[in-house]
Amino acid sequence: MGLSDKDVQHIAKLARLEVSDGQIADYVEKLTQILDMVDALKEVDTTEVLPLAHPLHMSQRLRADEPTEKNQRDLFQANAEDVKQGLYTVPRVIE
Amino acid sequence: MDRLTVSQLSAGLRSGEFSSEELTRQSLARIEAANPSLNAFITVMAEEALTAARAADRRLASGKAGPLTGIPLAHKDIFCTAGTLTSCGSRMLANFVSPYDATVVSKLADAGIVVVGKTNMDEFAMGSSNETSYFGPVRNPWDMERSPGGSSGGSAAAVAAGLVPAATGTDTGGSIRQPAAFTGITGFKPTYGRVSRYGMVAFASSLDQAGTLTATAEDAALLMEAMAGFDARDSTSADQAVPAYSSMLDETLAGKTIGVPQEYFDEGLDSDCERAIRDALDVFVDLGAKITELTLPHLALSVPTYYIVAPAECSSNLSRYDGIRFGYRHPDASDIGELYTRSRQEGFGAEVKRRIMTGTYVLSAGYYDAYYLQAQKVRRLISDELMRCFEDVDIVAGPTTPTPAFGLGEKIDDPVQMYLNDIYTIAVNLAGAPGISIPCGFSGTLPVGLQLIGPHFGEATLLNFAHHYQQQTDWHTKTPALALNDGADK
Repeated sequence: MGLSDKDVQHIAKLARLEVSDGQIADYVEKLTQILDMVDALKEVDTTEVLPLAHPLHMSQRLRADEPTEKNQRDLFQANAEDVKQGLYTVPRVIE
Repeated sequence: MDRLTVSQLSAGLRSGEFSSEELTRQSLARIEAANPSLNAFITVMAEEALTAARAADRRLASGKAGPLTGIPLAHKDIFCTAGTLTSCGSRMLANFVSPYDATVVSKLADAGIVVVGKTNMDEFAMGSSNETSYFGPVRNPWDMERSPGGSSGGSAAAVAAGLVPAATGTDTGGSIRQPAAFTGITGFKPTYGRVSRYGMVAFASSLDQAGTLTATAEDAALLMEAMAGFDARDSTSADQAVPAYSSMLDETLAGKTIGVPQEYFDEGLDSDCERAIRDALDVFVDLGAKITELTLPHLALSVPTYYIVAPAECSSNLSRYDGIRFGYRHPDASDIGELYTRSRQEGFGAEVKRRIMTGTYVLSAGYYDAYYLQAQKVRRLISDELMRCFEDVDIVAGPTTPTPAFGLGEKIDDPVQMYLNDIYTIAVNLAGAPGISIPCGFSGTLPVGLQLIGPHFGEATLLNFAHHYQQQTDWHTKTPALALNDGADK
């Protein structure tokens, strides 16, 4: 199965990655190799088999809805490049 | 070159033969001498280490020391360490100073461990050769032109070269066991959920697990006792008591059974590796165990299943890197879309981007059922098949890798070739089972690893088998000839 350049651009858009024209050919080649390898799964008969999402069959643990963490905003925001008045700033969002 | 185990160092510290400060200084000196060529460390924490060593010495003097008090150790750079860089081997986090400690880090600190630094790794734990790191490849101390394996290559190389007696690692598809096999040391991955993932940067959430790189199974047992346990902060943490692994190592193997899957001995297995594995199995027979042949017909599907599930989970986990709250941010983006795509394009390396793309594709509309859902079903087949073995045998054994360490640059341009390295280790992660790799011989001058696999929460059984093997053989005492020029030798 082959991926087209358009497929690669579409996947990149979903993944918020930027693929330049010069890089597309390499992505098409390598992703096709990987997808060819994983295509082996299509032949496997999985009728009546339930999907396994978690190896130990656990379900989400719940706890009481009470706050347990303290506000450490300044500590956490020390890792952001652009913070003003405790708010993360970003470039223009809306046209 | 002398390399003492955690157990031996612990005895020496408690008898006053040497101090933690002396051990730490020696570790730091060895790192300084070896790291320019090995590149095993991304960050060395000399000041913090000496402060911790002095505190450990005070504790030792007061008689309140535990078995790990004062022992130098390195953490794979995937574990958050408060106040220190945690890079995950990536440009994306090359500026990330963690505001908190991972549970693994705080538990080991509470046990008295002295952290000397953060080790190099494949970027975001994606790789089997430690060649995808933004900080450059790690070299194998047994042959500097070869890979130490990955993704915990830095931790493995550091322990193999005697720079530290122990290091932490993570294993999602083999990333502790395979580097342990390539560098002739003991690599232990516990059952999924046995060790908390809080503060361990996520790659594939249903597969990732923290573990140890040490010279011996006994050392792994000592570390696991301190690292394992329920953590309310990790929603996948298992609520199970932690056995005293280090006091369960000597139970006899007489009457125990080892299952050996015939699929592990296919044409892909190097003949020297096969001989070393067969010899190792003979040792277990001498120790009183019985060998049974098994078949795992779905084993060959492990690699394709993993390379759908893991990239899918990684594409979701790595969506948090958007340049805004932490991590690499592309300067002067004109709008939010450009900020996202440029930060991610520039911050991530090629293999990480390939896996994000693969994962995005298999989860996307129109492909989800054929790929991801199908992979989850095949995962159940593989997992059930492996776990069913334990109804008849105590452990499963075989080679850890199909070949010994390959050359740097040999497979990095061929992703599928690189992925096939993990053929023997991956099923263990798909099943969430515990696994250990121990040195069992050589292929020429390169170490060969024997893999033992256990049932869920069968850590004590695995460590018991491995410890007996290490009492009968001395492969785990072999060290590479590295000129460290540090003046001191312990």
